[in-house]
Amino acid sequence: MATVELRNVSKLFGANVKAVDNVNITINDKEFVVLVGPSGCGKTTTLRMIAGLEDITSGEIYIDGTLVNDITPKDRDIAMVFQNYALYPHMTVYDNMAFGLRIRKYPKQEIQTRVNEAAQILHIEELLDRRPKALSGGQRQRVAVGRAIVRKPKAFLFDEPLSNLDAKLRVQMRAEISALHTRLQATMIYVTHDQVEAMTMGDKIVVLKDGIIQQIGSPLELYNHPKNRFVAAFIGSPPMNIMTAKILEKDGKIVADEGDFQIELEGKLADTLKSYINKEVLIGIRPEDFVYTQTPQKTNNIRTHVEVVEPLGAEIHLYVSTQNHQLIVRVQPRYEFHVGDEANFAPDMEKLHFFDIDSEEIIGA
Amino acid sequence: MKPSLPYKIVTYVVLTLWALIVIFPLWTLMVNSFKPKRDIFKDPFSLPTEVTVDGYLNAWTDSNFSFYFRNSFFITTVSLFLILFLGSIAAYSIAKWRSKIPGLFYIYFIAGLMIPLRLGTINLLQTIKAMGLLDTVFSLIPVYVAMGLPIAVFVLTDFIRALPDELFEAAKIDGANRFGIYLKIVIPLIRPALSTVAIFNLIPIWNDLWFPLIFIRTEDQRTLILGISLLFGQYQSNWTYILSALAISAVPVLVLYLAFAKQFIKGLTAGAVKG
Repeated sequence: MATVELRNVSKLFGANVKAVDNVNITINDKEFVVLVGPSGCGKTTTLRMIAGLEDITSGEIYIDGTLVNDITPKDRDIAMVFQNYALYPHMTVYDNMAFGLRIRKYPKQEIQTRVNEAAQILHIEELLDRRPKALSGGQRQRVAVGRAIVRKPKAFLFDEPLSNLDAKLRVQMRAEISALHTRLQATMIYVTHDQVEAMTMGDKIVVLKDGIIQQIGSPLELYNHPKNRFVAAFIGSPPMNIMTAKILEKDGKIVADEGDFQIELEGKLADTLKSYINKEVLIGIRPEDFVYTQTPQKTNNIRTHVEVVEPLGAEIHLYVSTQNHQLIVRVQPRYEFHVGDEANFAPDMEKLHFFDIDSEEIIGA
Repeated sequence: MKPSLPYKIVTYVVLTLWALIVIFPLWTLMVNSFKPKRDIFKDPFSLPTEVTVDGYLNAWTDSNFSFYFRNSFFITTVSLFLILFLGSIAAYSIAKWRSKIPGLFYIYFIAGLMIPLRLGTINLLQTIKAMGLLDTVFSLIPVYVAMGLPIAVFVLTDFIRALPDELFEAAKIDGANRFGIYLKIVIPLIRPALSTVAIFNLIPIWNDLWFPLIFIRTEDQRTLILGISLLFGQYQSNWTYILSALAISAVPVLVLYLAFAKQFIKGLTAGAVKG
C-alpha cells in the first residue's frame, strides 16, 4: 500500500484546452479519496494521469514517494477498474483475473490461491468458468474489481465504476466497495460525478470544476463548510438554496435583505459582513436548516407559499416560493402541508452561508 | 418480421439457380475425371458409363506432381502467414497509434488496392532477379504478400479500431507490453477478421498462373497450377489426366476454406454479444 501525491499537475489537450489546472492532492496510505465534479471537470483525466495512461503536461506525480512521471503504467504497480469494465471478452472470468499475474510470471499455485481468494471475497466463485458475455452488469463489475485485487497493487483506481449499473445495484456495490476498502486496507482513488457516492464512500473528497480543485475535505467538512458557491450547491441533495440579498444597516443592526424577508445578523457574522453594507451577497441555506414555525415570528420570518409537496416518509420535501426565490425545504413529517398553503420558516442562524456575489467565495469562515 | 411466401419463393429460386451455375463446372470436372477420354467427348455431362481412376492414379504417381503440390502448399501457407502476421501488426499500430503518421501509412497501404499488381510485372521481374530469387518458389512469396497486404490492412484496421481502448489500457495496467497485447488481446479478438482475410487471399494465391509462368522455369520449382497448365498439349491433351489433376488441386483449397469458414462463423457468434 502506498501514498499518492500530485504536485502542480496540469494537463493540456492540444494547445490551449486545459483539462487539469495546477492540481495538488496528497493521498495518504490506506485512504479512500473520491474525485468528484460535473462531467468535463478533469477528474477522469487526473485519474488517468495517476495510472500513466495520459501524459502529464507539467507537474509531478509520486506513488509511494517515487516520481512516476516517466514510469510506464505496468511498472507503477496500480490497478484500475474501468467504467465499462474492460474485461477481456475471449477469456473466462478466471483467466481475466489471472491475466495480470501470469504476465508477471507468478507461480501457478500462487495465481490459483489469489484468484480463488478474490472470487470468495466478491462472491463470484461459481462464475470462474464463464465468459464475460454470460455475466450480468453487476457480475462483470465484480470481476473487474477482482482483476484489480488479485494483483495486490499499491493503489486502486476506480473510474466511475458504478455508473453503468441500475440504481439498486449501485447502492449495493457502493457498500461492497466501501467494505472492501476496510477489508483490504488499501489506498483507493475513486472518480465519480455522483455526489452521493462521493459523500458515502470517501474519507476525503476532492471537488473539481473546469480542471481546478474547488475544495478538499472530509464529506462533512464539505457539507458544513463549503468554500465557495460551487461546492455548496454541488454537495448535498436536495441542493443548498442560494439567494441574492442586500446587506443593510438598520437601526444599528446588520441585516440581510432578500426583498421579501430580512434576516438580522449578529456576532461575528455581522462583523464580517459590515464591509458589504449596501452591497449584494449570496445567502446559502440548506433545505434542513429551515425551522418550521406554525405562527410567524417577529424577526427573521420567511413567509412562503407551498407549491409542491413530496412526502418521502421519513421526511417531507417542500418546494416553496417567496416573492423573489423558489426554495426547497426539508421538514419533519409531523406536520401536514398542502399545495397553496402559507408556510412560515425561520433560518437556523448557526448555519447560514454567505458568498461574495462576484468571486462566489465564502465570506468569513 | 417473417418473410412472406412470394419473397421466400423468389429467394429460393434465385439461390437455386445460382447454386446450379456454381456447381455445373465442378460437376463437369468431377464426372469427366472418371471417364475414359473418348467418353468425355461423346457425352460430356452424363454420369460415366465406364468408371476409370487412371487419371487420378497417373496424377498421383507422376513424380512431378508431388513436387508441384508441395511447392504450391508451401508458397500458399507461407504467404498467408506473412500476410496475416504483417497485416495485423501493421493494422494494430495504425488503429491504435495516436498520431497523424499512421494515417499516411494507411493511405499508402490502401493505395495498393487500386493498382493491379500485374501492371508492374516487368519491374517485379527485375526486382526478383536482382534479389537472386528468380526461378525459385521464394520468388513468388514476396509478390503474393505485397498483393495481399492492402486488403489485410484495410479489413483488420477497421476491426481493431472497433475494439474499445479500455481493453488495451486494462492490459497495459495488467503489465502487458505492446507485443503481449498484440498476441494475447488483439489476435484472439480479430480471429474472424483474420479468417476473412485468409479466405480472400487463399484462392488467388493457390490458383495464380501469371507469376509462376513468368518467374519459374525449373521443373521442381513449379506450382501445381503451372504444372497442370503444362499438361495441355499443342495438338492433343489427355483430358482424363488433366481433369483428375485439377480435381486433386482443388482439395486443399476446399479443406483450408472449410477450416477458415468454421472459424469465421465461430468468431462471428462469439463477438456478437459485446461486453
